[in-house]
Amino acid sequence: MADGWQLFLDSFWPIVWGAVSGTIPLALASFAIGLVLALGVALMRLSRNRVVSGIARVYISIIRGTPLLVQLFVIFYGLPAIGVVIDPWPSAIAAFSLNVGGYAAEIIRAAILSVPKGQWEAGYTIGMSHARTLRRIILPQAARVSVPPLSNSFISLVKDTSLASLILVTELFKVSQQIAAFSQEFMLLYLEAALVYWLICLALSSGQSALERRLDRYVAH
Amino acid sequence: MSPTDPVPGDPSPAERPLLRAAGLRKAFGENAVLRGIDFEVRRGEVVVLIGPSGSGKTTVLRSLNGLETPDAGVLDLDGGPVIDFAAQALGPAKAAKQQRLALRDRSAMVFQHHNLFPHLTVLQNVIEGPVQVQRVPKARAIAEATALLERVGLAEKRDAYPFELSGGQQQRVGIVRALALKPDLLLFDEPTSALDPELVGEVLQVIAELAREGWTMVVVTHELAFARQAADQVLFLDGGVVVERGRPQELFTAPREERTRRFLDRILRPLD
Repeated sequence: MADGWQLFLDSFWPIVWGAVSGTIPLALASFAIGLVLALGVALMRLSRNRVVSGIARVYISIIRGTPLLVQLFVIFYGLPAIGVVIDPWPSAIAAFSLNVGGYAAEIIRAAILSVPKGQWEAGYTIGMSHARTLRRIILPQAARVSVPPLSNSFISLVKDTSLASLILVTELFKVSQQIAAFSQEFMLLYLEAALVYWLICLALSSGQSALERRLDRYVAH
Repeated sequence: MSPTDPVPGDPSPAERPLLRAAGLRKAFGENAVLRGIDFEVRRGEVVVLIGPSGSGKTTVLRSLNGLETPDAGVLDLDGGPVIDFAAQALGPAKAAKQQRLALRDRSAMVFQHHNLFPHLTVLQNVIEGPVQVQRVPKARAIAEATALLERVGLAEKRDAYPFELSGGQQQRVGIVRALALKPDLLLFDEPTSALDPELVGEVLQVIAELAREGWTMVVVTHELAFARQAADQVLFLDGGVVVERGRPQELFTAPREERTRRFLDRILRPLD
């Protein structure tokens, strides 16, 4: 038991380092890129042009209809077959961004649609263009609505980055696996990895609450 | 053609109406809501549109702000382009957009449900148009907005969010937001219909005061007492046409048309 405790302590900081140097930057970068992508896809999906909205619809359908692990493998192990070789990190960021782009697009689209039509008209009547009304009037209100579901997406993403260990990215789970293989203490190390993921997600949840309170300052309670 | 450049035989600029609407028609699918609407609004005039729901009065008003596009008819806002909607429908989308923007440049709408921006403070609501669209320097926009808010008794609320205000206060901010754009034409779409009865007065008072100051306005309302007191011209719409028009004294006390009489009776004596 004492040995187990010692191993837990010895491996804790390496695993946390795996989170700090792998999991967290991977999740942050992918989410940031994914959100930009998602906003674009959501606006395409809302377009009156059928071709434009059709492209967005197909993209969302493919992303949601195929496993993330398969998407990751297609990019990292599949693309080299047609001469496109991408390093582990960029492959992981590309796969996760595309994935977030598909899921968050639907969240953002729904949030935009939830803003009352009168807000668009009020923007128009003070002389704003469609684009400016979207940017200054609609999106700030849509942001408030979309924080809870987008937070869910982000928390899922943090956990999904463990899949990147399968394409040679050194992150939280990869570090645990390596120590587990070396020490043969699988139960301990995988529970420890689970604990660190959980701690990260706890921190994210409280961050979500703070953000929601801030964005709720202009609504009646 | 600019108003300072009259053609021979044309009335002088002072006599020319600010707005001329002719033959406005609009259908939503099978449902014809406007079936040929004509009217004129002179500078400084208060025109009140009354009529049962579905009569087309709100559609007329929204057309003046480019929020609806009639299928046919002409809008001539003096000094701007003469908009022929039938021709516009056949022309390029870009020209249609420019004509819409030209209307919005000159008019501003006060909505039934105020449609204040909930994520902005009262002051931010009011300066958004001047600063973002009209490129008024921010300091000047704030000074003007503060003066306007003071006039409607809301200066101390300038940093409040809309949800912190009463319905009447919200609507007064809605009016100030429109005024801040310095439009030639103020449009009111049932500005008191969504208010609790005891809050109607404070909003109507502000509108009546603006009328006395000489603002040109078109008001859709069910407040006949307000129409009687503030209007220069009342149009009674029903079924997408102007059934009767006239000065409020005439129209309210001696309506010529049976339909007008029935409508006024229903509103003034709902229990009979």
